[in-house]
Amino acid sequence: MQRRTVIGASVLLTAALALSACSGGATTSSTAKHGPITIWYSNNEQEVAWGKQMVSAWNATHPKEQVKGQEIPAGKSSEEVIGAAIAAGNAPCLIYNTAPAAVGQFEKQGGLVDLSKISGGAAYIEARSGKVADQYKNAAGDYFQMPWKSNPVVIFYNKDMFTKAGLDPENPKLSTYADFIDTSKKLVAAGVSKVAIQPAPTSEFFQTQFDFYPLYAAATNGKQIVQDNKSTFANQAGYDVADFWQTMYKDKLSSPEQYTGDSFAAGNSAMAIVGPWAVSVYKDVNWGSVPVPTKNGTPANKTWTFSDAKNIGLYSACKAQGTAWDVLKFSTSKAQDQKLLELTGQMPLRKDLQTTYASYFEKNPTYKAFGDQASRTVEVPPGPNTVEMLQAFRDAWTKTVVTGSGDVKSALNAAASKIDTIAKQK
Amino acid sequence: MTSTLTPPAVSRPPEGGKRKRRRPFFGKNPLGLLFSAPYLVFVILVFAYPLVYSVWISFHDFFFAAPGAQVDRPFVGLENYITAFSDPAVIRSFGNVGIFLLINVPLTVVLSLLLASALNKVTHFRAFLRVSFYVPYLTASVAVVAVWLFLFNGNGIVNQVLGPLAPSPSWLVNEHWAMPSIALFVTWKQLGFYILLYLAALQAVPQELYESASTDGAGAVRSFFSVTVPGVRPATVLVLLVSTVTGANLFTEPYLLTGGGGPNGASASPVLIMYQDGLQQGHPDTAAAIGVVLVIVVLGIAWLQNRFAGGND
Repeated sequence: MQRRTVIGASVLLTAALALSACSGGATTSSTAKHGPITIWYSNNEQEVAWGKQMVSAWNATHPKEQVKGQEIPAGKSSEEVIGAAIAAGNAPCLIYNTAPAAVGQFEKQGGLVDLSKISGGAAYIEARSGKVADQYKNAAGDYFQMPWKSNPVVIFYNKDMFTKAGLDPENPKLSTYADFIDTSKKLVAAGVSKVAIQPAPTSEFFQTQFDFYPLYAAATNGKQIVQDNKSTFANQAGYDVADFWQTMYKDKLSSPEQYTGDSFAAGNSAMAIVGPWAVSVYKDVNWGSVPVPTKNGTPANKTWTFSDAKNIGLYSACKAQGTAWDVLKFSTSKAQDQKLLELTGQMPLRKDLQTTYASYFEKNPTYKAFGDQASRTVEVPPGPNTVEMLQAFRDAWTKTVVTGSGDVKSALNAAASKIDTIAKQK
Repeated sequence: MTSTLTPPAVSRPPEGGKRKRRRPFFGKNPLGLLFSAPYLVFVILVFAYPLVYSVWISFHDFFFAAPGAQVDRPFVGLENYITAFSDPAVIRSFGNVGIFLLINVPLTVVLSLLLASALNKVTHFRAFLRVSFYVPYLTASVAVVAVWLFLFNGNGIVNQVLGPLAPSPSWLVNEHWAMPSIALFVTWKQLGFYILLYLAALQAVPQELYESASTDGAGAVRSFFSVTVPGVRPATVLVLLVSTVTGANLFTEPYLLTGGGGPNGASASPVLIMYQDGLQQGHPDTAAAIGVVLVIVVLGIAWLQNRFAGGND
């Protein structure tokens, strides 16, 4: 099997290397060119439905600029598929699944078009997203990604399990770390679930975004873990978050073993740390949601969290960038954002979201909290070293917090020092 | 009547006793070259070219760029090697894969030879048994990994059977047991392939040798060590080499079974680190440096195996 993996990787690598080595001049396609284009979108059922209707709506009125929509090809992750496509020169014009953590690398590869250089590009982005858009600029203040949608991370809890454990399902005590731990102990002691909450305990870099980062964002009123090439988390707020999760693991309220399947859906845990995408997934669970906890408790309307955003990239291999930019604007229009809300439940990164789609939130009260939360989200730090920084943090996290080896203060200080060095790399 | 015998015309060898013969440009069997050409092209494109290019990358400041992007790739000497091997995680990954090979390779050789010998003698359900051993090899790791996660987690069947003897923390999240667990998984999964190799080799061991051994009073165990083991030595060398090479390329199991080389990097392999460095973090140059060292280490091990297990074959 490993041999097949290596052969497969070698084939991909060879193709990428051969193409990158043999290619001639630079891609000279300009943003003025128009014609047919190809786009990729995510492969989950809801986003495929959105993508298909968007493409057919565009194609119906643009016979000479037809869009071919495809699900992003399968791979270990979308980011690797996109990275290989950039190196091979066959990336599509637009990808509606571009992770902000990978944008810095794609930019360094020369794979993305600077949207700020397109006439009216920056103005369009800022008019749509408002101040939130600032987080998606690179160090030079340019946009190499169009902020598209977020999945603000909150706590889901199983109301039936809370009732069985003798807890108030309508007003659960989950706002402070102490309350959260106390409630978790009651849930496990009552035997309603094996663990209280089960964030992925594994070592992948992106898992930090679903345990430490949301709570750190909440604890600091929206601070990124790295700002101005310097880590920010080696402070009391960071130590407190790490202490909280270490207690959860030490007291067996969370398990250091990865769960095969969906722990919350299977009833293995009574809570989950998720975004609005989960609403359609947990149809069979009688759930409620609350913001992530903070040390002393923060009102819901003032709590920050991690965005879990996915954005749109316009790729430099695109031959008809004029059409691509027009499609990008069409797909992020007020009407298409409404379709996105209705079909996926994910939050368009749009200022005044709740007032713009007031009737939607009126009809779908379960999404109201997400709509409110979407205005207070934090993104991963920008730049080409984001993944490396997140991995350095994750390594320290799994060692100290998940498996309980060493104290969190030393671990976070060491991780901060390492990340400061990484952040300075070009 | 006289008859004269005329000796047949014999071409005289050239002076010096050696005949100079012009070798055909495409060798004695040009058709053979034609048949082997596709594989040769495959090897050059898929193995030789990337290997040579990887060596080049490892000495340069390199990252994957879009075609046409203006990228400076200066020669950096050993800098990538120093960067890679200054990282304790990289050093540890080599140690981890060493542990893996120490468990996996001997276990693979012993079990596959024993099972192949047993299967060779089985008369009933022969096809069923052979297929049974081969199925795990054909099944995608992604599918099998889920089953092993169930078996080896804290509340899994293995720990239930072991009771108080079960390790805590459980196998896959235990720093000491994570790599041996992976080695065991890979041994089980790959066993079918190596059994097939041995089964093929066993067909070439002359039956007369077993009969002679029996006549000389050798029992089953003595026959196994005196006839079977030497008889399949070329296959043993092959199994050693292939299992070492595939083992050194360990990736999927630490990626899936232990959630990215956990706990605390105890099951991270060099290829997993290469994947993180080269593909996830955008440093194919340091990843290439790790890869080059891994190739050298594997070649060294393979040479030793061939030297000590290969005999004069």
